[in-house]
Amino acid sequence: MNFNSFKYCLRQSFVSLRRNFWLAVATSCIIAVSLAILGGFLLLAVNARQLMGDIGTNVEICVFLYDNAEIEALEAEIGALEGVDNVRFVSKHEGLADFARSLGDESLLAGLEGDNNPLPNAFRVRASHTEAVPALAATIRTLPGVELVEYGAELISRLVKITGWLNSLFAGISALLAIGAVFLVITTIRLSVLARQEEIGIMKYLGASDWFIRFPFLLEGMAMGWQGTLAAVAALLAGYGRLADYLNRDTLAFFIRPVTAGEQLLPIYIGLVLLGTLLGGIGSVISIRKFLRV
Amino acid sequence: MIKFRNVTKIYPGSKQPALSDLTLEIDQGEFVFLVGPSGTGKSTLIKLLFREQLATGGQIFFHGRDIARLDKRQLLKHRRQIGMVFQDFRLLKQKTVFENVAFALEVLGRSTREINFKVPQVLEMVGLAGKEKSFPAELSGGEQQRVGVARALVKDPILLLADEPTGNLDRETSWQLMELFTDINRSGTTVIIATHAWDVVDRMQKRVLALENGRLVRDEKRGSYANEFQLI
Ligand SMILES: Nc1ncnc2c1ncn2[C@@H]1O[C@H](COP(=O)(O)OP(=O)(O)OP(=O)(O)O)[C@@H](O)[C@H]1O
Ligand SMILES: [Mg+2]
Repeated sequence: MNFNSFKYCLRQSFVSLRRNFWLAVATSCIIAVSLAILGGFLLLAVNARQLMGDIGTNVEICVFLYDNAEIEALEAEIGALEGVDNVRFVSKHEGLADFARSLGDESLLAGLEGDNNPLPNAFRVRASHTEAVPALAATIRTLPGVELVEYGAELISRLVKITGWLNSLFAGISALLAIGAVFLVITTIRLSVLARQEEIGIMKYLGASDWFIRFPFLLEGMAMGWQGTLAAVAALLAGYGRLADYLNRDTLAFFIRPVTAGEQLLPIYIGLVLLGTLLGGIGSVISIRKFLRV
Repeated sequence: MIKFRNVTKIYPGSKQPALSDLTLEIDQGEFVFLVGPSGTGKSTLIKLLFREQLATGGQIFFHGRDIARLDKRQLLKHRRQIGMVFQDFRLLKQKTVFENVAFALEVLGRSTREINFKVPQVLEMVGLAGKEKSFPAELSGGEQQRVGVARALVKDPILLLADEPTGNLDRETSWQLMELFTDINRSGTTVIIATHAWDVVDRMQKRVLALENGRLVRDEKRGSYANEFQLI
């Protein structure tokens, strides 16, 4: 294909989009809807994962120490372990104060301050993700100066199981939705190509090569896919933004902290746009394939 | 340039052959009329040459090459060098008159400049100046036919195949078109026209191939539409 042909194809795609305006709009809308559903679901998945993660990392590992433990060295060592989010030192003194506060009556513990304090020094360790907790606990237990390590083993193991299960569920549903979107888009584009089946035949008779015929359709499809997904992403951005705002403000929903970090959301949005554009193009090329055999 | 050797065409589903055992030769630069009653295979012969249809038996050679054996690329090249006027026009409905004619050049990868120069010229020649922006649906049958002719002429083909190019035209316009075909023939293009326009055929005194029931019944260097005995 030489440069003249390329220019021609480019111009032709725009002309064709304009002349088939409503068909193009309808196609874009269907692409928009199917990708918005997929995108909405992906956002749900990201949030569900974050929620599980939050619950998991809120589970602290309590590390009780012998009195002779070298606190600073130990703190540094634990802090450097893989999967540790943060380490907080709780001295016997603070521990007692916490305990007293939780009892609500500080006089009950009178006389236990200072050397009489029966509580050990401790670290409270938070893991960066739930799955790391059991291994982390086991490692910390072997460190010198550590007397005892405690964490909600039962809860963690259940969380890990649920998270794994949810991950596969979400992956499965996303895959199904993506496949559904692909078929919907291809079917829609096929309709628009069907209307022009006769033209494609005539073009072949006039000696047009397959790529010469295909190219405007490819560009057209990509343009429709691109527009459709932009609309979908705009809707998701607006809708999800509002929802996130609402949840962040509403005290009743305090336990749900929606994902708002750009580095998590941006790949979803960009991925959707790429997917939609690609789908539009591939859908077009697949749809006209059988009409090219003249 | 063109050689038919014992060519037979039987359409799938029909028992009667549309063409049977056809052998003929056409040289470069000839001007040939294909005549005969309706349904005798004139369109079929043209479609075989254009390779819209494949022969059931026999061989067709174009420049010495068996056209049944062209691969995909050679087939494109084959069709690109032929100007074809279809009996049913086959215009691109989504394109304007100008774009329809321009398409023949775009397929060949010609420049926008050349296209903008040549297309109006050809449209003028076939009497369609001023209709550039119309869509086929907005044209009369005769006008659509002339768009088809313009599309075939614009690329200066080495072979012009025209299937009843004057079928929808009045006498005056028919003659103008025939003059166009004569001009292009003079510049070296081989012209093959299937037609029922007996007065045109009789006046022009060109080679006539007469078909009847799929068989070649007459081949005259300077022929007329009908056999002299039939006229009586
Ligand atoms: N696509 C097809 N499928 C089946 N039969 C066909 C097909 N095209 C033509 N025929 C048959 O082949 C025979 C020759 O048809 P053809 O179109 O070549 O005739 P023609 O000489 O061009 O007639 P006309 O002058 O009416 O255009 C006819 O009997 C017709 O019915
Ligand atoms: Mg015919």
